[in-house]
Amino acid sequence: MAKSVRRPTRVMLLVATRKGAFLFHGDPARRQWRLDGPHFLGCVINHLVLDPRDGFTMLMAAKTGHLGPTVYRSTDRGKSWQEAARPPAFPKVPEGETGRAVDHVFGLSPGHASEPGVWWAGTSPHGLFRSEDAGVTWSGIEGFDRDVVDRLNKAFVATPDGPIVHSILIDPRDANHLYAGLSIGGSFESPDGGKSWRPLNRGVAADFLPEKDPELGHDPHIMALHPLMPDRLYQQNHCGIYRLDRPGEVWTRIGRAMPKSIGDIGFPLVLHPRDPDTLWVIPMDGTTVWPRTSPGGRPAVYRTKNGGQTWQRLDAGLPRRHAWLTVKRQAFAADGREPLGLYFGTTGGEIWMSADEGRRWRRIAEHLPEIYSVSAAAV
Amino acid sequence: MRVFVASPLHSYTGGRGEVAGAGATLAEVLADLDARYPGIRFRVIDEQDRIRPHMKLFVGEEPAESLAQPIRPGQDVHILQALSGGVRS
Repeated sequence: MAKSVRRPTRVMLLVATRKGAFLFHGDPARRQWRLDGPHFLGCVINHLVLDPRDGFTMLMAAKTGHLGPTVYRSTDRGKSWQEAARPPAFPKVPEGETGRAVDHVFGLSPGHASEPGVWWAGTSPHGLFRSEDAGVTWSGIEGFDRDVVDRLNKAFVATPDGPIVHSILIDPRDANHLYAGLSIGGSFESPDGGKSWRPLNRGVAADFLPEKDPELGHDPHIMALHPLMPDRLYQQNHCGIYRLDRPGEVWTRIGRAMPKSIGDIGFPLVLHPRDPDTLWVIPMDGTTVWPRTSPGGRPAVYRTKNGGQTWQRLDAGLPRRHAWLTVKRQAFAADGREPLGLYFGTTGGEIWMSADEGRRWRRIAEHLPEIYSVSAAAV
Repeated sequence: MRVFVASPLHSYTGGRGEVAGAGATLAEVLADLDARYPGIRFRVIDEQDRIRPHMKLFVGEEPAESLAQPIRPGQDVHILQALSGGVRS
């Protein structure tokens, strides 16, 4: 008799903070949330991700204020943890040369569905690593160093927490077709599993560089590829919101359609997993000295349902004024349920959720440490 | 020799702040520790064999600048956390 497939009925939130990791287990209605944690209290956790291919393996990017970076693994959805035997690390250089050292692992991405056990990791300083044993051991990608890292102008000024590799996107039709986002550095594409890379930044502004239309050196904050339409890419950049439809090569600044008083600067974006034309962004104040807080102290999520031609403000339930929230690039997530649940975490330690695709928001956690990432998994 | 281990590393040493060590240099002591407490070395020493910026190693009472630091019989090793470690990465 065929084994029955159990449909996911609950949502688990995986929250990484500057001071540890927290898991939130929702009831089937997504009304009540049970907190499990902190895990690794005091550790700097940049990312925490559940493997959608098996529903049990979790990887965590961790370091502390003193100790070097590592990756922790769980095979039981966070009940127990083991450290990677060989965390991401750059090659040792010959005596007399100055070699790179991984400061922190920033982003973790489960690999293609056809490659169970494969994971990708992006680091600061810039590095791309691959594991073929579900995070136990990691190896650097030489072609990425040659085609991307070595080409970046060393004069580029790094982002506040250092130069990072953040978005590692895998084409669901082809495990060897990859995209990566570097902040600062730009968007890059590989057709061969990471052996070679080329820039993919045409049409993207880089207002912080003197060159008008540079080939690379841009600052995507986050990139996303739509799972049902893998030729559709979006990015929230330091200089606007963009869409690219491959095989096109030139990004379109869809953020131009945002209200002028709000602008199109922000860190995160989230795609609707069943509709390639629908996405949400969380604008921040990118004017004058770049406060990076909610414009005017009035937080809002903005949604488009037509690929960025028009945008709607969604702020019901969010504070009406005097709320200066910052939401980091990995701290906004969707849960895959119907209707889609959305979740974002703030640097002030609050988690806000919407169970109706952004129409109404409510706060489900507060007083957490500074939130670095939120991911949502249906379990 | 005795090796005194700062609290962030106690998860590796089974909660102990003092463990036995062996070796004629800091490099040898750390290799010995890593064999018995896998992973501890990389948290203290980076992949270029540099002492991490917010860790301090002492041989006896003298701060060590590199892993080549020799250790004489009777000297203890201290693996300490620097007060600078609260800074952001």
